[in-house]
Amino acid sequence: MNASVFARSALRAAATSRTAVPVSVRGLASVATSQTAPATPETKKPLMKKFQVYRWNPDEPEKKPYMQEYELDLNQTGPMFLDALIRMKNEVDPTLTFRRSCREGICGSCAMNIEGTNTLACLCRIDRDTSKVAKIYPLPHTYVVKDLVPDLTQFYKQYKSIKPYLQRKDAPTPMKENLQSIADRKKLDGMYECILCACCSTSCPSYWWNSSEYLGPAVLMQSYRWIADSRDQFTEERKAALDNEMSLYRCHTIMNCARTCPKGLNPGLAIAKIKKELAFGSS
Amino acid sequence: MSLSRSSIRAAAKFSVRPSALLLPRAAVCQTRSAATTTKTSDAEAYSLLVEQRKKRPIAPHLSIYEPQLTWYMSAANRVTGVALAGSFYLFGISYALSPYIGFHVESAAIAGAFATLPLAAKMAVKATFATPFVYHSMNGLRHLTWDTARQLTIKGVYRTGYAVLAATAVGSVYLSFFV
Repeated sequence: MNASVFARSALRAAATSRTAVPVSVRGLASVATSQTAPATPETKKPLMKKFQVYRWNPDEPEKKPYMQEYELDLNQTGPMFLDALIRMKNEVDPTLTFRRSCREGICGSCAMNIEGTNTLACLCRIDRDTSKVAKIYPLPHTYVVKDLVPDLTQFYKQYKSIKPYLQRKDAPTPMKENLQSIADRKKLDGMYECILCACCSTSCPSYWWNSSEYLGPAVLMQSYRWIADSRDQFTEERKAALDNEMSLYRCHTIMNCARTCPKGLNPGLAIAKIKKELAFGSS
Repeated sequence: MSLSRSSIRAAAKFSVRPSALLLPRAAVCQTRSAATTTKTSDAEAYSLLVEQRKKRPIAPHLSIYEPQLTWYMSAANRVTGVALAGSFYLFGISYALSPYIGFHVESAAIAGAFATLPLAAKMAVKATFATPFVYHSMNGLRHLTWDTARQLTIKGVYRTGYAVLAATAVGSVYLSFFV
C-alpha cells in the first residue's frame, strides 16, 4: 500500500515536472562517411525535358518578347516548376528573372502561367512526359517588368481601395475583443486563406479587358470577406462602393478564377454572393 | 563553377578599372562584384520608372491560356447572344424598310422562298439558327441558377456545362430535323 502510493506520487511528479521526463536530445547531423555510403550511388538515366520560358528585357525594350528554350535533366531537378526555374537560373542562365520566396505556396510570389493555366510555380509539378515542351509565361495580360515578373501595381492599388481592414462605428471597449460566434467565423472560411497571388484575377477575361475599372476576382473576394465579417460595421458602405457598372458587374461568371486558384478557393462564388446581397438585401 | 565565374568577373574588372591592378589579391578574393550604381534623386528615379512603364509589353493572354470549358462556354454565350440579337435587329430593320426598297420579308414570302430550297439547305439553314438559339437559352438558365449562388463550385460549373451542351445537341437536332 505505502509502496504503491509512493510509486504513484513519483509518477505524478514525473508527469508534472518537465525536467523529470526524459527528453531525447537531437544531435547535430553527422556527415555520412564513405564506409557506410555506397561507393557509387545508383545513377539514373538522364530524363531530358524541354522548357520554353517567356523572355523580355527592359534594357533592350525594342527587342520583342521571345520564348527561350532550356533543357534540364528531370532526374537532377526537384519535382516542381520552381525547382526547374531555380536550376535554370543557377546553372544555365543567370539573367532569367522571376519572383520567388517561400517555395511552399504561402507567399504567392511565384505566380505565373504554366502550361496554359495560372498557378504557383512552387506548387506545380513538372509533367515527366518529356515529349511535351513545358511553356512558362508571366501572368496573362499584365505589364511585364522583366521576363516572368509582372507589374502588379494596379492589383495592389485595387486591393487598397476596398479598405481591407476591420472598420467599426462603435468606439472600442477597453480590454475587450470584438467577439464573434462560431457560425459567423465559419463564414470567413474559404476567403481569409487568399494569399493575393493574382492568379485568379489575371485568369479572368473580364479583368484582361477592364482591369482599369473592374476590381477582379481576388479583390472582390477580399471585399466580401469584410462584408461577410460580423464584426465589421461598414457593410453598407462597402456594398455601396461596389454598386456601380464597373467595379463588380463586369463579372460574367466565367469561373476561370475558381478553376485556376492554386489554394482551391472560390472567388466566383464570393462575387455571386455580393451580387445576391446587393439585389435582395443582406442574407 | 563559381570560382571560374568569379575569375571572369575579376578579369572583366581589370579591363575596365586599371586601378584594380594595384591590388590584384583583393580583386581575386572578391567573389561577387557589386553592381555599379549611380545615385538618382527621387524625381529622376520616378521619370525613369515612367519611361520604363511606357515600353513594357503586355503578357500574352487569349492565345496562350489553356482551353477550358469555363471561358470557352462563356465566349460562346457572348458570340451566340451577339449573333441572335444581331440577326433579330437586322430582320427588324429590313422589315421596317422593306416597303420602301421593294424587298419582301413578310412571313409568307420567307416561307415561300424557304420552300424552294433543297432539303439539305433547309436543314442547314434551320441548324444555323437553332443551335445558337438553343445554346443561348440553355446557358441562360445556367446563369439564372448561378445568380442564386447555386451550382457555383467547379464541379457544379462543369456538371451544368455538360448538361447545357447535351441539351443544345438534343434541342438543335430536334429543331433542325424534326420540326
